[in-house]
Amino acid sequence: MREKIREFILSRFMLDAKPEDLKDGISFLETGVIDSTGVVELLAFLEAEFEIEVEDSEIVPENLDSVDSLCRYLESKGVTVSPP
Amino acid sequence: MLLGDFLRNSARRLSPKVACVCGSTRLGYGSFDEQANRLAHALLDAGVRRGDRVVVFLDNRVEAVISIFAILKAGAAFVVVNPTTKADKLTYLVNDCGATTIITSGQLSSVVSEVETAAESLRAVVTCGWEVSRHGTLRNRRIDFEHDLVGFSTEPPRVRCIDMDLAAIIYTSGSTGRPKGVVMTHRNMVSAADSITEYLENVEDDIILNVLPLSFGYGLYQALTAVKIGVTLVLEKSFAYPYQIVQRVREERVTAFPGVPTMFALLLQMTDLDPADFDAVRYVTNAGAALPPSHIARLRRLFRKARIYSMYGITECTRVTYLPPNELERRPTSVGKAMPNCETFIVDPNGNPVAPGEVGELVVRGSNVMQGYWNLPEETNKALRPGRHPWERVLHTGDLFRMDEEGYLYFVARQDDIIKSRGEKVSPREVENTIHELAEVQETAVVGVPDPILGAAIKAIVVKTEGARLSEADVIAHCARRLENYMVPKIVEFRDGLPKTTSGKIARAQLKADEQAAKGMGGETV
Repeated sequence: MREKIREFILSRFMLDAKPEDLKDGISFLETGVIDSTGVVELLAFLEAEFEIEVEDSEIVPENLDSVDSLCRYLESKGVTVSPP
Repeated sequence: MLLGDFLRNSARRLSPKVACVCGSTRLGYGSFDEQANRLAHALLDAGVRRGDRVVVFLDNRVEAVISIFAILKAGAAFVVVNPTTKADKLTYLVNDCGATTIITSGQLSSVVSEVETAAESLRAVVTCGWEVSRHGTLRNRRIDFEHDLVGFSTEPPRVRCIDMDLAAIIYTSGSTGRPKGVVMTHRNMVSAADSITEYLENVEDDIILNVLPLSFGYGLYQALTAVKIGVTLVLEKSFAYPYQIVQRVREERVTAFPGVPTMFALLLQMTDLDPADFDAVRYVTNAGAALPPSHIARLRRLFRKARIYSMYGITECTRVTYLPPNELERRPTSVGKAMPNCETFIVDPNGNPVAPGEVGELVVRGSNVMQGYWNLPEETNKALRPGRHPWERVLHTGDLFRMDEEGYLYFVARQDDIIKSRGEKVSPREVENTIHELAEVQETAVVGVPDPILGAAIKAIVVKTEGARLSEADVIAHCARRLENYMVPKIVEFRDGLPKTTSGKIARAQLKADEQAAKGMGGETV
């Protein structure tokens, strides 16, 4: 799950960066990695890739603003860590 | 009256009152004024002189507002640049306006360090934020917001400008592909701020939410008018998390909600909104692009106690018209009439006024009109033409309008190719030039296509060179690296060729018409 998220962020929003540049704890908003239309794309990716439905009230930085947050959020939605 | 006097006057009267809220930071007027004084002294110490240009390259945060007023206090002119601007363009802007200093954050410092070597006029870099920059050349003086300002005085510097002096340069996209610097004096900006606060009827206990970039005239004036009246400005960096914005509106009891149609579209997409959260809002404004009538009805249901103002303005004169809220029901597609202390005319190509119902170019007359474009005399002379008297010049907006029998104005279309996406101007030429940097591209044309959220989405039609391999993602990624976020194409279409006019140029009008037809929509371009 973590790897899928990292791959999506790196390929869609951090084109010139190396994988080690994406720290799992950094805030996307603070570092400008994702902007308002980026969040819309991120949501589309989460719903399609992990087959969940995101409530309006769940669209908050606590759930979406870093790789770590995304993993926690997905786990809370019942998505299990897939085997490698 | 100088623009910076707004802060001095409000701080004198309202010292402990919160001027600006951003994240967990609450900045009082007194502290705001003191920090701006300190930074002004630091800028003077770093060699900034009256009339110098200082770039503010920050996202929406308290340091950005402090910087704007510090620069004014130092007698210099501020140039706020969109924080998603990439290094090449930032270098161009710094060189174009000959900025001597740039104020930025730790997060953006790597972009600035690329600029420092190529920007000839830069002498100093001021940085704020948790990650102090270690990059950059040694030639430039470095000032750190958190540590270096304490050594400077909190008393106002003794620099004094007159209201004819330069206050700001605001860059706007041009159809040639190069951004143009709109030159504003203190008088221009104070006049615009006075007109705006008059028709919005701002009061001291207003609480204004600003999610719009400060690099955009519409966003900048939220901050300027807020300080003028002495209200609280609630700054947010982005509309990325609408739910969070809604919480802010509720918690801070926001009374003013300025937006562009994209924001309203995203807001109205949310399903579990409680109108009670918006009951403190007493006015909503729209500018940047036309507000679809279907949204107006839904916004009324959400903002139950608010007056809704449909407005029109361009960077070259800040704002022009507003529709009195009580006319919105009768004329939902009108942008109203000229604001106080400003006049408009609709003229034919010979400069003669047209009759109601006829389409012509909108011309603006008033103290809010710019002095011209920085170092672009030809462009300036096209936009500013002789007015009523031999000594005055009026602004030709480049926008086509018509007027109804009662004089209410309706936007028809732009005269040039400029696309409005997310309420911001995008120059197709600028995007095309960027796409042409790819070796695999033989020809390209960029058009706007109707989009329910963005207003117009940017679409690139690309013809590849013989045998070249290039994907949609490649084109989009390349643009994302080079352009501001709102300019990046959403859609890329590959074709074997582009339609040409008889003179061999790309037939843009036909491409545009094809797109409108494909979407089954005709009429107004946004």
